[in-house]
Formats: sequence, structure tokens, C-alpha cells
Amino acid sequence: MNTQGKVFKYPDNVDTDVIIPARYLNTPDAKELALHCMEDIDTEFVKKVQKGDVMVAGWNFGCGSSREHAPLVIKTCGTGCVIAKSFARIFYRNAINIGLPILECEEAADEINSDDEVSVDFDTGVITDITTGKTYKAQPFPPFIQNIIKSGGLLKSLKEGENNG
Amino acid sequence: MGMTMTQKILAAHAGLDSVAAGQLISAKLDIVLGNDITTPVAVNEFKKAGFDKVFDKDRVAIVLDHFVPNKDIKAAEQSKTCREFACSHCVSHFYDVGKMGIEHALLPEQGVVTAGDCIIGADSHTCTYGALGAFSTGVGSTDMAAGMATGMAWFKVPSAIKFNLTGKLPSNCSGKDVILTIIGMIGVDGALYKSMEFVGDGVSDLSMDDRLCICNMAIEAGAKNGIFPVDEKTKEYMLGRCEREPVVYEADADAEYEKVIDIDLSKIVPTVACPHLPENTRPASELHNIKVDQVVIGSCTNGRMEDMEAAYQILNGKKVADGVRCIIIPGTMQILRECVERGWYTAFIDAGAVVSTPTCGPCLGGYMGILAAGERCLATTNRNFVGRMGHVDSEVYLASPHTAAATALAGYITEYKEA
Repeated sequence: MNTQGKVFKYPDNVDTDVIIPARYLNTPDAKELALHCMEDIDTEFVKKVQKGDVMVAGWNFGCGSSREHAPLVIKTCGTGCVIAKSFARIFYRNAINIGLPILECEEAADEINSDDEVSVDFDTGVITDITTGKTYKAQPFPPFIQNIIKSGGLLKSLKEGENNG
Repeated sequence: MGMTMTQKILAAHAGLDSVAAGQLISAKLDIVLGNDITTPVAVNEFKKAGFDKVFDKDRVAIVLDHFVPNKDIKAAEQSKTCREFACSHCVSHFYDVGKMGIEHALLPEQGVVTAGDCIIGADSHTCTYGALGAFSTGVGSTDMAAGMATGMAWFKVPSAIKFNLTGKLPSNCSGKDVILTIIGMIGVDGALYKSMEFVGDGVSDLSMDDRLCICNMAIEAGAKNGIFPVDEKTKEYMLGRCEREPVVYEADADAEYEKVIDIDLSKIVPTVACPHLPENTRPASELHNIKVDQVVIGSCTNGRMEDMEAAYQILNGKKVADGVRCIIIPGTMQILRECVERGWYTAFIDAGAVVSTPTCGPCLGGYMGILAAGERCLATTNRNFVGRMGHVDSEVYLASPHTAAATALAGYITEYKEA
């Protein structure tokens, strides 16, 4: 599995209220919600984002509310991967559970620039900045979590476990 | 090697003699919680995955609190989804309008959660119940769906920071000032993935409402959970209230902590978190130049009886400053009723405040107190992110009920000083 696309760069502490403001949470419809992804800090994002593009951010990405709508709208917009220095823990769980690829890599988050073309190999954790030619290696997930991702999310992995057990 | 209090609860629920930080475990759940925003997503996932029954109808709690009484047609549809799911699965802890309260004020009050529990909730402030000596943490809707179906959840066992509390709080301070001070010290990711374990001689002086408020905002430091030891106050609170027998766990004497931070409660001052992060804390006394348009007293952080009492003591017989909208939201129907019984509701109206039925409403910019561009609110809520309470160009300052009520009277941010 991999993704390739253009980079949208964000600062530290991007919270779930700016990823998807609660004023829109009167619907669980991901497509409708995705129209408002990031709008409180970047009104251009939804206009520009294309399938496979990559978000790069600082520390504590996805802090705040537990709303699963946050990783869901990022994924629904077409974003192929989020790279950050660290993720808030509920966002981290939710991203894995719904199948949004995320990677922690401090160096990549520091050095990759907005609008760079980047490719990410999820199996190896290798991030390549095609624009600058530099490569980075992110921490791989523990096998337990890799299984959830390979199954296509938590519930599918549970169902698989049920069928195998 | 010894275990922290959190690790002991997790080990017991995973059926293991011991666990260590970093270990991945599968643990039995005592309660699985959701609200009117997160439950519809969970219901959808639950059905999509082909599950047809909940693991235990008495261990699932669904509380309609964010947008009820329904703020609009779409919110009404979400409530309806929750109601139909709860009804079809005979969920015994389903709280609709008239019975509901803000979930994290309601579940401890109603005795649904108890000491020693392992709880997940599809709401980030689920960490509140650590005040009772439970392991309790926020998750997303898919985890809620999986929890409802299987009664289990996976966890990475957290390491911990120990907060050693000593001394006694000044009378114009409360749990809110303690937790804001701590978040100011360690930052919004200062406890990322970790437990915050509160111990020390100072604990006995903190009321249950203080402890619930402190654990409530553990997530604002990035923590997985916050937890207090079970003492006489906890036992008294739980007696005759909790529907299941409390189980008391204690940290081992040789438990390992990543860090120990000493907090002298007598040195705490009325504290305010300035926009747009809960870590931007300043003493209220340094912010007298900040005028406010609105004050909100309520939320899962500060909508409990002692919070209403602080508001009453300060607002009674006084008038809210011209140009300030003061909105008071008791956290549960029982608290609202108590405010009526004690004459506090009337005192709030006479002071020029409005009182709402329980709702999360304004805290997350839902309704019941939305801010226009350029407006400023001082609130007893828990987050002051960009656009949190309304327009992207509005501002939220976070503080205690004492500071909020004093600010409502003054029209600018000020600490409460006893006459």
C-alpha cells in the first residue's frame, strides 16, 4: 500500500474542532461533512485537495474531541496519509479503526514543505520527498495494529477473528 | 515491578496478573458510553459489520446531551437514530430529554459508573470517572461499536505521571484552577498517551466535584486517563448510589512513574486559559483589561452542584454587568431541580442571567450561546480552540465558576474576592 500526492502543511496542536467544526456535526454523513474539512484554519484545503495528497503536521495532531468524524472527513476528502510529529491518542485510535493511514516522523514533519510532491510506502514506513529527493523512515506500527489496518479497520478485524475462532 | 493504579485496573480486566507500560492488551469493559453525536456513527458501523445484539443491555449507556432538546431537524434525526437503537436493544441506561443530563455529570450522579470499572466512552471527556477510582477513557465511534458488540476493547497500557498534591485550596479556587494550572505547566500534550495519577495529602481536601472536574480535563493535557485513589469521601459518595459493587485498587508502593510533579494547593490562584489553547494560562488577576460579551457557567467540566453553588453565592442579590449575557446550565435534571428547590434558579434570573435545561450546547459551538465575529466569552467549559463556541474570529477564555460569576458581574475578567 502506498500513496503519492501534494503536501498540505499544518502547525502543532491541530485540533478536531478545526478539522471538522462541531457546528456541522448534526449529521453523520461523511460526504456532507467533508465539504467543511479544515475550513476554520484553511479555507483553500477542500478546494485544492486531490486523491492521494498528504497532510504534514507538527506535534499532537488531532487533539481535543473524540469525534471520529475528524479522521473520516480527512479520508473522505481523498487525503492518502497524515504525517505528524505526534498524534493525540483518540485521533490515533480512530484513524487506525477507520483505515486512514497515519505515520509519526519528526524529521519528515520538520523538513517537508507545503506543495512538495511526496510518496509514502506504508509497508516499509519510507517517506520520499520527490521534490527535494530526501527520504525518511517512520516508526512502523506494532503487528497487532498492522492486522487491524490490513483487515480494513477494527470491526472487520473483529469479524475475521470471529470467523477464524 | 510494581503497577500504577491504572495498570492494576487494566491487568484485572485483561485477566492478567500484571501488565507493563507499552503492552497491548484486550480488556473487559464494564460500561460502554455514547452520545447523540457519536452514537449514530457507531450504530451505522455496528450494523454495517453485521452485529445484531449488544453484549449486555445493562452495560451500554446512551445519553442525548450535545444537541438536545433537538436544535434542528438534522439533530432530531440523530437523536431518533439513538432512540431507536436503544429501544430495539433494550438498552437500560438510555437517557432522553427529561431524564438526561450532560453525560459526565449524569453517569456518576446516577451511580452507573463505580470504582474499579474499566470504561470507554465515545466522548473525549469520558476520563471524568477516574475521580471515582475507575479506569475510564475516551474513544471514537468505531471503538464504541466494537465495545457494544463484544464487551471488549484493546488498549496500550499507559505509563504514568504522578501528581503529588499537598496543602489546601484557597476559598476562591476549585478543582478547575488546579487542572488549568497543571495544563499550563505541562502543556496540551504534556501527558500524551499517559495516565495522570493524583495522590498525596492534598487529595482529602478536594471534594468529589473538584476531583470530577480535574479528571475531566486530563484529556486537555493529552492524557489517556486521570485517576484519584479511593478514600473516605469517594466511599461516602458511592454509598447507596452505585448500582454495582465498587472495587478498590491501589497503586503498588514500587510502581514506576515517568515523572513526579508536586503541586502545593495552597499556592493555586484563580487561573484563566486564554485563546486558543488550554495551556495558555494566566492568573485572572492579570487579565482585568479583558472585557467579555458572554459568560457561560456549566458543561461536563463545571455543571455540578458545587459549581451552581459558587455561581449562586456570587450572583445572589447582584446584577450581571450591562452588555454581558450570562448563561447558566445545570449539568443534570437533578441539579436543575435542586437549583429550583433552593431558590437559586430565581436568584440567577433576578441577577439577569438565563438558565437552560442541561445541554453541552455552547461548549462546542452547537447552540444556546453561539458567539459572533469578534465576540469574547469567559466560560467554565473545557476547550478554547479556534471557532469552538461559534465564529472563527470569536474568543473563549476558560476559568472556574467563581471566576466566571465574578466576571459576569464586573463585565471584565476578574477573580472572585470574598467580601
